[in-house]
Amino acid sequence: MSKPARYIGGEDGMQVPRHGPGVVSWLLTYPDTYEIGLPNQGLQILYEILNERPDAAAERAYAPWSDLEALMRSEGLPLFSLDTHRPAALFDVIAFNLSAELTYTNMLNCIDLAGVAVRAASRHDADPLIGAGGHCTYNPEPLADFLDFAVLGDGEEAVGDITAVLHDWKASGRPGGRTGVLRALARVPGVYVPSMYDVTYDGDRLAAVEPRHPDVPAVVEKRTVADLADWPYPKRQLVPLTEVVHDRLNVEVFRGCTRGCRFCQAGMITRPVRERPAEQVRTMVSEGLRRTGYDEVALTSLSTADFSGIEQVVADTVNGAGCSQVSVSLPSLRVDAFTVGIAAQIQRARRTGLTFAPEAGTWRMRQVINKLITTDDLYSAVESAYSQGWRRMKLYFLTGLPTETDPDTLGIAELARNCVALGRTHVRSPSVTVSVGGFVPKPFTPFQWFGQNTVAELRRKIGLLRDDLRRTRGVQLKWHDPAASLAEGLVSRGDRRLGGVIEHVWRQGGTFQEWSEHFDLGRWQAAATACGIDIDAYVHRHRTFDEVLPWDHLSAGLHKDFLWQDWRDALDEVGLEDCRWTPCYDCGACTGYGIEHVVASAVPPAGGSQGTGMDVSQGGEVPVRLLERSGAGAAA
Amino acid sequence: MRGPRLRVRFSKHGKVRFTSHRDVARIWERSLRRARIPVAYSAGFSPRPKIAFGLALPTGYSSDAEYLDVEVDPVWMAGIDNERLVGALTASLPTGMTALAAVELASGEPSLQHAVTSCTWRIDATGADAREASDAVSRAMDGRELLVQRERKGRLSIDNIRPAVHAVEVQGNITDGVRLTAELATQPRAVRPAELLASLHPPLRLLRACRLHQWITTDAGDRSEPLAVAELSVAGTGVEP
Repeated sequence: MSKPARYIGGEDGMQVPRHGPGVVSWLLTYPDTYEIGLPNQGLQILYEILNERPDAAAERAYAPWSDLEALMRSEGLPLFSLDTHRPAALFDVIAFNLSAELTYTNMLNCIDLAGVAVRAASRHDADPLIGAGGHCTYNPEPLADFLDFAVLGDGEEAVGDITAVLHDWKASGRPGGRTGVLRALARVPGVYVPSMYDVTYDGDRLAAVEPRHPDVPAVVEKRTVADLADWPYPKRQLVPLTEVVHDRLNVEVFRGCTRGCRFCQAGMITRPVRERPAEQVRTMVSEGLRRTGYDEVALTSLSTADFSGIEQVVADTVNGAGCSQVSVSLPSLRVDAFTVGIAAQIQRARRTGLTFAPEAGTWRMRQVINKLITTDDLYSAVESAYSQGWRRMKLYFLTGLPTETDPDTLGIAELARNCVALGRTHVRSPSVTVSVGGFVPKPFTPFQWFGQNTVAELRRKIGLLRDDLRRTRGVQLKWHDPAASLAEGLVSRGDRRLGGVIEHVWRQGGTFQEWSEHFDLGRWQAAATACGIDIDAYVHRHRTFDEVLPWDHLSAGLHKDFLWQDWRDALDEVGLEDCRWTPCYDCGACTGYGIEHVVASAVPPAGGSQGTGMDVSQGGEVPVRLLERSGAGAAA
Repeated sequence: MRGPRLRVRFSKHGKVRFTSHRDVARIWERSLRRARIPVAYSAGFSPRPKIAFGLALPTGYSSDAEYLDVEVDPVWMAGIDNERLVGALTASLPTGMTALAAVELASGEPSLQHAVTSCTWRIDATGADAREASDAVSRAMDGRELLVQRERKGRLSIDNIRPAVHAVEVQGNITDGVRLTAELATQPRAVRPAELLASLHPPLRLLRACRLHQWITTDAGDRSEPLAVAELSVAGTGVEP
């Protein structure tokens, strides 16, 4: 068996669960390998919060790799928890973290390995409830046949509410059986119970998804924690005994992003921006480093350079670590000189590579997607990086974007070439790696109506770039497999009819679809044919405003007409400034829930035009209302 | 210039035995930081902590005799209390790993990798009872060749491991098989307990193995451990879970 250490648990930070009567047991499951799933912060946060409750116990599970799965099936061993090697079916809830569509078949495999029927309708009263959370559950319809419930939005408070419902139900003799508890769960804010809704079709088109009972909400609203300061988790981050991705201390500095990049589902569904107080960040960093023994900390968010006072927090982290050497990593960096300044501060010794995501090759295209980095911003950031000793640059781009023309695509090559040329004036052999991914439209974004490019079209565009860059020294081109983008696109905006396709792919052995060596588009196409699903209609067709979308009965707080207006603006090449520092556009995420941005600074960060649409090199003064924190100290 | 070096002996039992040699190296790096041991770092572009590990222990084997040498700050070294240090190290290690002893190395002491010449193993095996195993071992030790087949760089090769097998004793039957102890050379290459079992006629199958000692044999034939411990408080006498 390969890498047995990923199945032993025993990490520092592991909790000892207290199972017993009166305790609701959760098996928090990441449907990919331990190496990918262990660092997931969402799962670790819920693991701690649940284990702090007297009425709950949580353990963890990850998808066993194919060699162990074969062994488990031949020996008749079920899916087990990592913490105490307890069979999965003994838990009250098996809850999946769904961060990527291509892990859905792994979820089915885990349910099956647990010894539970994959289809919710075939489960018995004694079976665990199968739940899911994470970004993918904003369109849980393709999984409606398999999930007993899904949670939309932040899980911190929702898991407590669900635990309370399950606890009462168990304590009072399980009234109404499985259906009874699901009916009760459907009334918990943020919880969606697919079996409590009827779906109707008009010919091939979805007509409506409506609740079956008057007490089941017609629209399920997401959950949002108003203030991250109340949730300083994880307090005891798990320290794996074996190698995993992102093997370092991770401290979330804010949640939400209002840059408004139109392709970015994360930025749309996690609004508003909620910053963690800088002091709490410092404490979590110093405590975390001391406890774990890590020498690297990542300050995580969707755009960490936007954190108010980021310079000071980084300086304190780098200088406050005492004699040992601590490195700081800032994933998701903005593209501007200010950012390079911060990077210089943290990479004093080791300036190997710097990664930027301009996402599109021309200013026109970037206005369409609302990634408002001017070409000047980009070049000044790149020049600044080379002049300070970096030699390697990695640039991320999307292709297959709405309105993209061949000159837009080729703009990527042009940008890369210019970056290398800029680099030559400072260092001897500069290198630029261009990484291109095919764009997949996601629910609850302005691009949710856009028909995704075909595999052939994406391949043609990548071909254009490859031909154009063939003779360019210093530029390496990498790309994501367009075939995988097709499967992802099919599921991401699918409806309940996709359930059969997912089950078919899984039954044909299609697990670990995120892994290129296991992915096979042919399997998905065969499954679609077998289920009578027209891939073209689901993936490549532009949708209209009056069309009922499979997620219309769910809400991320965003008004549909705001998204539609933003989609029209995109087509008109009109950018939209960041609402943190400009007036409200009423997207709905704040107003709908009576919450506001929690930002410590009323001043946008210095260094570039990005997002604010103005010259903010000195820091533009834009009035903004700040939310008072509960308890001591204001946000400002 | 080289700072003072600390040699630590530790054991590895239970589930944590499934971690690899590389995993153990990472675990130690973090544990030394957690125990606030001022480890020396290499100079240059990409500073690394100066830690040297001895022979790799195959993944899944347990041990009472693992070692590492770590270069530390001289001022700190002058003030250490060995007993407390060993306790602090164990407290910062994961369950199943225990620091057994620590001493400052005399300067000029060769590295573990070069110094160690053989290991004593406790080997639990299945496929024969004690009497059959004794016969197989006698035949093997009386002969001049013990052939094992192994894959190196994608090609099969046949090695004679007989010169590397210093001693084998059958201890007796255990509930699920037979227990042996064996001293196997580590140079020119480290022979594994599983290879010894596979070379016997009939071959035995490995259930579990525990490294009991690593030995340094001088040219004069004197044998000693890199760091002897009087009594192993956690010595794995029982069966692994």
